[in-house]
Amino acid sequence: MNPLIINFTYVVSAVLFIFGLKMLSSPATARQGNLLSSLGMLIAIIVTMLNAGLDYKWIFLGIVIGSGLGAIVALRVKMTAMPEMVALFNGFGGISSLLLAWAEYHQNRELSVFIALVAFLSAFIGGMTFSGSMIAFGKLSGKVTQKAVVFKGQHVINAAFLVLALLAAAVFCVTPASDFGYVVFVLILLVALGFGITSTIPIGGADMPVVISLLNSYSGLAACAAGFVISNNILIVAGALVGASGIILTNIMCKAMNRSLANVLFSGFGSTIAQEAGAGPQGEVRTASAEDVYYILEAADSVTFVPGYGLAVAQAQHAVKELGDLLEANDTEVSYAIHPVAGRMPGHMNVLLAEANVPYDQLVEMDEINPRMESVDVCVVIGANDVVNPAALDDESSPIYGMPIIETHRAKTVIVLKRSMNPGFAGIQNALFFAENARMYFGDAKASIQALVTEFKND
Amino acid sequence: MEPIYLTFVFILAIFLGFELISKVPSTLHTPLMSGSNAISGITLIGAIASLQSDNHSFATVLGTIAVAFATINVVGGYMVTNRMLEMFKKKEKNEGDFQ
Repeated sequence: MNPLIINFTYVVSAVLFIFGLKMLSSPATARQGNLLSSLGMLIAIIVTMLNAGLDYKWIFLGIVIGSGLGAIVALRVKMTAMPEMVALFNGFGGISSLLLAWAEYHQNRELSVFIALVAFLSAFIGGMTFSGSMIAFGKLSGKVTQKAVVFKGQHVINAAFLVLALLAAAVFCVTPASDFGYVVFVLILLVALGFGITSTIPIGGADMPVVISLLNSYSGLAACAAGFVISNNILIVAGALVGASGIILTNIMCKAMNRSLANVLFSGFGSTIAQEAGAGPQGEVRTASAEDVYYILEAADSVTFVPGYGLAVAQAQHAVKELGDLLEANDTEVSYAIHPVAGRMPGHMNVLLAEANVPYDQLVEMDEINPRMESVDVCVVIGANDVVNPAALDDESSPIYGMPIIETHRAKTVIVLKRSMNPGFAGIQNALFFAENARMYFGDAKASIQALVTEFKND
Repeated sequence: MEPIYLTFVFILAIFLGFELISKVPSTLHTPLMSGSNAISGITLIGAIASLQSDNHSFATVLGTIAVAFATINVVGGYMVTNRMLEMFKKKEKNEGDFQ
């Protein structure tokens, strides 16, 4: 087919991607937006197949394998495991850009300096995205320790990898056509894979929202660089959209933790702090039984649930929704307040609650609930800790000082569901647990909520 | 096509991306990420075009694996995003009608 028609069709695809993202600005139109975006992709794929001289048997083999695996993962993945899946897909995006750059280079080694440079970027960003995402996937699925792994000379090794990569890039750009150039290219691939591992392993579990967002951005930028290698506008546009999306999310997550990106990436937060734990607020803890909590909730006019990662771990979202329905039947106003970094990826809690059929107009953001917190009768904190720690507001020595929190301590009563008194990810004790208006309700989140549901039903 | 022209497209697309994405509410950030996983599978286009019938054998292997990985992203990304977005519902009086 005429390349002009093919390229014109790519413009149509780009427009569909853009409209698809635009429609994601409201939950009401988001689903059609996704369908529109997928239509854009389908058109782009079909028209690419009409290029002259393609080797269809290999293309179909790849597509059949990829479609099968992709569909299986998409249908089977649990909503609590979405962070793992996104991490995995970030990695696949990276590796396909790497492979594409490699395949192009292997076929034609006579590269101009500019093309050699973008081939390097595509391979390097793609490689580090792949290995970094595999580590992130391992951490999120519990196959690799969630703790920040910090070792001596970590920064030196990372810096050495970067310097080595830049030197190799310089050599590669000068002599891409020689056999030595090919060896250097393979070295770049190895350095990229190594750098992805050593730069991701020191980042702890609760910082994963930042890491996944960043890797998401990288996977787009790698696609972008691959687009430069093959001079293809649709790769550049789509890659740039993904890259921009990842950067914005990374920024939102960092702000929500009051930390700079550099601090998240290099500090090994959660490994150093944990050693200082033990100090901090002490005092008497007021525990409550299921029956006590039932009476508090039964008498409340407004209840706000504050979910955290513990909700996802306990798979308690359906039980919470059931309790919410019973409360509403009891003429209590129910809402769900969600901190931007609650969970292991941006928007994680929203998806879990949506899965449990909680309507999205009951979900409120932190900035919306805090000003009217005094009027909330009961806050129920489920498996969240650092995002409700008042030390972030008033204790300047606290590692999380300055982080915006959901100010549940200002509600009339706070009920905290927790397994035990163990401190959260940041390893700091939570003054909220010792507050006068707080009641600790110990146990597995799901079992605890189900006990409350039973109390309501027996009444 | 020359580098300047491609860079031009790139810069404009980045700005457009910032404008579009900053309007996505935090409720939809997870579907946004899985949706952008699907879009980053756009390398599939390049991988398909790289599989020319007069290829060296090793480049064919690389291209085929690239096609497979990119397709996982495209198919898996769009499907799981659709699955998620189906669950985002407004509050309705009689929920039974809705399922």
